[in-house]
Amino acid sequence: MATRYFGKPIRRNEDPRLLRGEALFVDDVHRSGMLHVAVLRSQYAHARLLGIDASAARERPGVVAVYTADDLGDLNQPGPLLVTPPPIERLVFHERTQRQLATDKIRYAGEALALVVAESRYIAEDALTDIFVDAEPLDVAVDVEKALAPDAPRVHEDLPSNVAAHVIQEKGDYAAAQSRADVVVKRRFVYDRGTAAAMENRGVVADWDGKSRRLTVWDTTQAPIPVRNALAAVLGLSESQVQVIAPFIGGGFGPKIMFYPEEFLVPWVAMRLGRPVKWIEDRQENFFGTTQERGQVHEAELALTREGRILGVKDVFLHDTGAYDPYGLTVPINTQCTLLGPYDVPNYYTEFTVVFTNKTIVTPYRGAGRQHGVFVMERLLDLAAKELGLDRVEIRRRNYLPPEAFPHNHEIIFQDFAPLVYDSGNYAPILDRVTEMIGYEQFVGEEQPRLRAEGRHVGLGIVSYVEGTGIGPYEGARITVEPSGMVNVAMGVGTQGQGHYTVFAQVVADQIGVDVDKIQVVTGDTREFNWGTGTFASRGAVVAGNACHAAAVVVREKILRLASDELEVAEDDLELGGGRVYVRGAPQRGIDLGALALKANPMRGAVKPGTEPGLEATSYFGPERGATASGVHAMILEVDPETMMVEIQRYVVVHDCGRVINPMILEGQMHGGVAQGIGNAFYERLVFDDYGQLLTASFMDYLLPTATDVPRVETAHQETPSPLNPLGVKGAGEAGAIPVAALFAQAVEDALAAYDLEICEIPLSPNRLFEMVEEAKEGA
Amino acid sequence: MPESIAIRVTINGQPYERSVESRLLLSDFLRHTLELTGTHVGCEHGVCGACTVLLDGEAVRSCLMFAVQADGHALTTVEGLAPNGETLHPLQAAFREAHGLQCGFCTPGILMAMVPFLQQNPNPTEAEIRDALSANLCRCTGYQNIVEAVRLAAGRLTET
Repeated sequence: MATRYFGKPIRRNEDPRLLRGEALFVDDVHRSGMLHVAVLRSQYAHARLLGIDASAARERPGVVAVYTADDLGDLNQPGPLLVTPPPIERLVFHERTQRQLATDKIRYAGEALALVVAESRYIAEDALTDIFVDAEPLDVAVDVEKALAPDAPRVHEDLPSNVAAHVIQEKGDYAAAQSRADVVVKRRFVYDRGTAAAMENRGVVADWDGKSRRLTVWDTTQAPIPVRNALAAVLGLSESQVQVIAPFIGGGFGPKIMFYPEEFLVPWVAMRLGRPVKWIEDRQENFFGTTQERGQVHEAELALTREGRILGVKDVFLHDTGAYDPYGLTVPINTQCTLLGPYDVPNYYTEFTVVFTNKTIVTPYRGAGRQHGVFVMERLLDLAAKELGLDRVEIRRRNYLPPEAFPHNHEIIFQDFAPLVYDSGNYAPILDRVTEMIGYEQFVGEEQPRLRAEGRHVGLGIVSYVEGTGIGPYEGARITVEPSGMVNVAMGVGTQGQGHYTVFAQVVADQIGVDVDKIQVVTGDTREFNWGTGTFASRGAVVAGNACHAAAVVVREKILRLASDELEVAEDDLELGGGRVYVRGAPQRGIDLGALALKANPMRGAVKPGTEPGLEATSYFGPERGATASGVHAMILEVDPETMMVEIQRYVVVHDCGRVINPMILEGQMHGGVAQGIGNAFYERLVFDDYGQLLTASFMDYLLPTATDVPRVETAHQETPSPLNPLGVKGAGEAGAIPVAALFAQAVEDALAAYDLEICEIPLSPNRLFEMVEEAKEGA
Repeated sequence: MPESIAIRVTINGQPYERSVESRLLLSDFLRHTLELTGTHVGCEHGVCGACTVLLDGEAVRSCLMFAVQADGHALTTVEGLAPNGETLHPLQAAFREAHGLQCGFCTPGILMAMVPFLQQNPNPTEAEIRDALSANLCRCTGYQNIVEAVRLAAGRLTET
């Protein structure tokens, strides 16, 4: 098979629509007679809800209805547990999910209390102020450590404490390894909360057609098929009556995977009132009502030999899940399973406690806990290198799993319920390439000393990571060659900017010999494709991509079989290309695929027993387990000692995600991930006060990095194909973001070496760096 | 119901006359009254820049203006950049070529901010482009390919 498209930087099919402003986003949906919803959210983080008086709101002109928990009755059930915990021995998990509207108790500021439905959003928001909420404030559990105190306020009073879950996983015998170690490095690490802040907020539009008894829902979801399934179940409809469309989505990054209360309530209101209904989250609501991530405290230790060989790691951590835990244990298990990185760690003890707090719910956001593990491990290695007098590059190199170690079984359970087995990898060449690209020896040996002598504070960072990607269960694709010669590819995963309309077309194009721009990918519409789970865990290219490949292989076979009959030539003598199938060596003898598609739809009298119509195939792909991508990032930065502002001067990424489908799109994923990582490391922080109030709920206070904060990223790829799928690909969506905090901390420490800082917390900020330097000066 | 005020605006060369509430945001007027949904809304407090449109040729945040303030003025939205339907505006084409967009939600605002920027500064340096772009937030691209796209477009616009 010629690969004319796979591996090429093909321009994106979806761009013209997006660039002209013609692409449909959820808030662009207009329906005749549409009503608008505003959500009343709790001002308190923790309170007894005594009553809601909405009578004045109901009387406001233009208000059609106001709903509270009382109006929902039995429908107001706890939401679904989206991911059950993996089968780990001795695992404790208390499932507590949010009701659609709060009933007797409020558990976080921003929890939905009531809905106003009105003729316009303006009127609906006016009416929110008419509603009187009678609530008795309770003491608040905000800090993840204090929430575990015996006398801490309990988020869920039916539980004996705020412990939501407890998990221990072990490999080997850490205690024995520690006892024979030459050096043990032990520290406490704190990684605080952030938010995904996709540029498009969430939104739902629902339209119930009472005559055809069909519900159509436009939803900013990363997982339209699970939303369809859940809606049908709770509304008592057949799945075939519900169509969920995730059109163009303005960024996902994880928090759009959930089944939020609004995703149920808006369709429910549309059915109840018999009118189309729209709810669009505003940015302030997004800071409270959309799930967040991060918030862990680690007590970790690394045991090594004098030569810097790792003997074992012990990590005990707390994970803040907020008021509920609808996404199970995915985030802390990712932390636990990513900490080991590319290293040979013979003994590992890892224990975590998930804690309920009176804060917004925590679920995966790009990296989904992986960056916490990488931060802990990379920081421990830096500290160990310092203590042993070893070079930081050398200590990493000494501990890499060698290429012959794969598949490598880490003997603990990963988020996909399978043992954590790395399928493939080749780490040392990536490290070599990065040190060469960033000019490590030259910088450390010459440039840095020279600049330091001039009084400048320049530092370098270099860290490694792996990313478990492309987990199951499965995805599918249906490919149809149409009589026009166009090829339709229908899939179940939604798209949020990853280039699905292009990369999946590339996979198909090579198999059936059609140009990429003749391939129309349809994704995120449950009417078009009925089975699947969604876009998350860096799995689109791996799982859906291989499903596309499998379907394309079958369509290719069908094309060859039919063309062989039509042209009276053996299949082996046929070739596909340029939208035609033709005789090898005699390209004029052939047939257009469109014409062949017409012949594949047989007329009367032409049907043989067993005939299936069409040049069409549906295939599924479910990997045995995830494929492990890896990489090394390096940066050079300078700190201004007056302002403590950081200027990143160089940033290098060498990444291995197996075979690359579209390097242009892959590099874009890296750039964006790095930018989010930089935001996480230095600019963005969700600050909660002692009452559980979020103090940074706007873009004036929660600082997303801008074009002047994010550096040019230099990228290179290494391709170690995954043996777990026919395309040999691994996921890449989250990799850019994962190691940045660890890298940033190392580079800042290096830049401020004169103060001998130890950075064991993220996010940093100019203020925090200033404090740390002042503390160091006082200590000295 | 609040009082309505009659306004006249020209958008992408086409005149519109509507009665609007005084409190109606220009962004909502464009998107929901006129269904010109190419202009996007990301924050409604003037930080993200997704709602940027041209008012008499100058970039403004349409979420920070009321529709009544646009009375008598000429607006250009992203739909007006390449009106003939077939070709893209050189800036749009450069964004596609340089992969300057991913989810595409912030893109209309960035295009509308960069059009007047390139008119005022036809040969910008990278630092100048980044400075101009810093008025718009993008969460997907890390800005690098947006910078490339603007540079590419600058070169082409000055050639023609």
